[in-house]
Amino acid sequence: MDESGRFIEEFCLEAEELLSGVEDAVLDIEENPGDQEAVNRLFRAMHTIKGSGAMFGFDAVSEFTHHVETVLDNVRNGTVPVSKTLIDLILMSRDRITAMLAEANGGGPPLDSQEGEEIVASLKALLYSDDTEPPVEKSSKEAPEENFVPVTPAPENEVVYRIRLSPDLDIFSTGMDPVMLLYDLADMGECCVVAQTEKVPDLENLSPESCYFSWDIILPTTKSVNAIRDVFIFVEDDCEIVIETVEEKGIASQEVSAPRLGDILVERGDIERKILDEEFDTHKKIGERLVESGALSKEKLKSALTEQTIVSKMHKSSVASTVRVPSDRLDKLINLVGELVITQARLTQVASTREDTELGESVEEIERLTGELRDSVLNIRMMPIGTIFNKFRRLVRDMSSQLNKEIELVTQGAETELDKTVLERLDDPLVHLIRNSLDHGVEPPEVREQRGKSQKGTIVLSAGHKGTNVVITIQDDGAGLNVEAIRQKAVEGGLISEHAELSDKKIFSQIFAPGFSTVRNVTSVSGRGVGMDVVKRTIDSLRGRIDIDSVPGEWTKVTLILPLTLAIINGLLVRIEDDFFVLPLMSVEECVEIKSKEVEMINGRNILNVRGDMVPYIRLRDRFHMGNRRPEREHVVITDVNNSRIGFVVDHVIGGHQTVIKPLGPAFKDIKNVSGATILGDGTVALILDTSVLLESA
Amino acid sequence: MDVQGITQTSQYLTFKLDKEIYAMDITTVREVLDIIQITKVPQMPDFMRGVINLRGRVVPVVDLRLKFGMEKATFLKEACIVIIEVFLDGEETILGILVDAVQEVISLEPEQIDPPPRIGTRLKTEFIKGMGKKDQEFIIILETTKVFSAEELAIVQTADDMPIPEI
Repeated sequence: MDESGRFIEEFCLEAEELLSGVEDAVLDIEENPGDQEAVNRLFRAMHTIKGSGAMFGFDAVSEFTHHVETVLDNVRNGTVPVSKTLIDLILMSRDRITAMLAEANGGGPPLDSQEGEEIVASLKALLYSDDTEPPVEKSSKEAPEENFVPVTPAPENEVVYRIRLSPDLDIFSTGMDPVMLLYDLADMGECCVVAQTEKVPDLENLSPESCYFSWDIILPTTKSVNAIRDVFIFVEDDCEIVIETVEEKGIASQEVSAPRLGDILVERGDIERKILDEEFDTHKKIGERLVESGALSKEKLKSALTEQTIVSKMHKSSVASTVRVPSDRLDKLINLVGELVITQARLTQVASTREDTELGESVEEIERLTGELRDSVLNIRMMPIGTIFNKFRRLVRDMSSQLNKEIELVTQGAETELDKTVLERLDDPLVHLIRNSLDHGVEPPEVREQRGKSQKGTIVLSAGHKGTNVVITIQDDGAGLNVEAIRQKAVEGGLISEHAELSDKKIFSQIFAPGFSTVRNVTSVSGRGVGMDVVKRTIDSLRGRIDIDSVPGEWTKVTLILPLTLAIINGLLVRIEDDFFVLPLMSVEECVEIKSKEVEMINGRNILNVRGDMVPYIRLRDRFHMGNRRPEREHVVITDVNNSRIGFVVDHVIGGHQTVIKPLGPAFKDIKNVSGATILGDGTVALILDTSVLLESA
Repeated sequence: MDVQGITQTSQYLTFKLDKEIYAMDITTVREVLDIIQITKVPQMPDFMRGVINLRGRVVPVVDLRLKFGMEKATFLKEACIVIIEVFLDGEETILGILVDAVQEVISLEPEQIDPPPRIGTRLKTEFIKGMGKKDQEFIIILETTKVFSAEELAIVQTADDMPIPEI
């Protein structure tokens, strides 16, 4: 029973993936109705769900999906055209199937069967709309036979053929150019052709009207043997043609190892096994030796080698796949690797103090391997951001029709990879930001026309790597931000003073304050003022930054900068008294040295003059009550926190430090200024400071 | 006399704090360490001395003297850190306790344990599970779930309370 439970889980996971693929395919078809490939994808997905569903007892799902599949089959062969109704129906069906699966697994609410019937009726209506004969009877007869479908989609049955084409000497006199045959074969699949030139005589004896070549062709193709034979239909009498199968792709399994050259040669009859075995006693490569000893011609060797390459490539590709791993196993692995990295750093430090070259060499090697291991393991958790981009297409489509606006979503950089946890936590903020653009950003078509813009608005969602960070931007060509309105609201809310002279950007960042909202009408979509500050907090918790910029009337752009991974921090190590602290490097701009004497105090705040710019600073020594003894020279780390520059005064800046973050544990859950701890090479604990909190409480 | 909750003979780890002997149920004790470098965490109450590195894990250390209102100890060469398991906010975690010295593991039968006195000790009554008696000496058996509860540990001082010194 346990076994079948596991398979059912596998099926549900697979169905989930297929269904998200369905969504993408449908939206693709909506944009390009002629995209046959997308239609095929859709059909195959539904077909698989139907078959597997039946196999695992999800009868209702299977039956429902069958109707969708029928419609799609008709779309595939052109009887049903692609229309908005079709797209809507397929999306609705997809949602329904998801809900049905959730219900069957006990995780979803019970469904209204009438809804399901209505969808089925609409699907059937599509079929009869052209007065074509309802294929209902035919498909119901087909269904039982098709029930037994393997769980994975049937692999395209690609077979590798070995074709030997040896035309007669006087084939040219028939008007036939053998090259044309080769071209025909090339059309059927990616073939490799090796010409055999052994029979070509010396120039004196060469007759230009005779064909001395023969060809060995390796052809992986989905076409049948008969189709291949058809190519030679007109030359059967004038050529010697041998067609043999070498490999069938679908059946290639892990146990069968890639064929060896010697075996291939023997199989082809180029060499006798006896000679092959004799040669094995020496050490050179078998092919070379055979050529040298004269038992084999170079051409035949080249041909056989080509076959070997192609067939082993096929083996590799049929084995390459993905493995599903439960997240907690990955977490454990990452933890262990993190520990290993720390301990290895200590080892390196210790080894550097000893004058032992042998030890030093081994330790260096370990350092290199550990670094590679760490990178590999962290890479495992990386997923392309495209996975969440795709669901936004649906969101934009649905919402733009709901709001009666025309909006297009353009995505860039979908292949950019992020840590899985970061990706999951980014979901909500991104949804919120896109909704903002949809709701408040892009204007209705009439307004846009008035302003001389195109009726269709665009939201550009892009992602890319920049150094050790990921930068994600959401830009719309809508109304932009109203500086005055925001300013007013901020003043009203007591966030900024009436007379404060602030740059536009600073005013824009007030949007992230809790409770802030300039929208007059609260809609179901947005406007309650709880969104943006939650977004900011989420981004902060991911140790990222969020920035917003705009040109009123033209565009609004939100930029998110996130670290590549949560487990490791790039920090700046500093020392105060005997304790070590780490400041997140992302926010650090520069470090300056000051003598205790050159300090200006303006209005009770500590301010530093950095190349003409007034930068306020916080003395961490005082903030943390670490004693009054002040060193003569102190270092100031100038950071950019929430768009304002602030300096943190420490005793000494030690340098950059990349290390694994250790959580402090529930005992410190209320602590404010410290976001975690890290262990240094010599075992001491350094605390990681939270710069935005330190700033707030200044 | 009988103490509610103690119905069988159990083992306890005894330790010393300012001339008095305390004990904890052995099942909560994980290990005992010699004193090591403690990294101070700013803006925590006095009794939270900081954190230590325990085989790659960051563990907080509580100074039990300060928690119980006694004077801070000056350098004691026998000082140890006892690592115990506690539940904070439903999460199982570990904690280090700074004590003057660790003595031994003893067995106490329920008859040897009296209920905690209402007055006479500087500790809150709820912190004490019972009073054990062995060899004419009183042993204060601690109720670790109460002493190291989330509420007791979570008193974080805010910066606003402290004046920022002038230059």
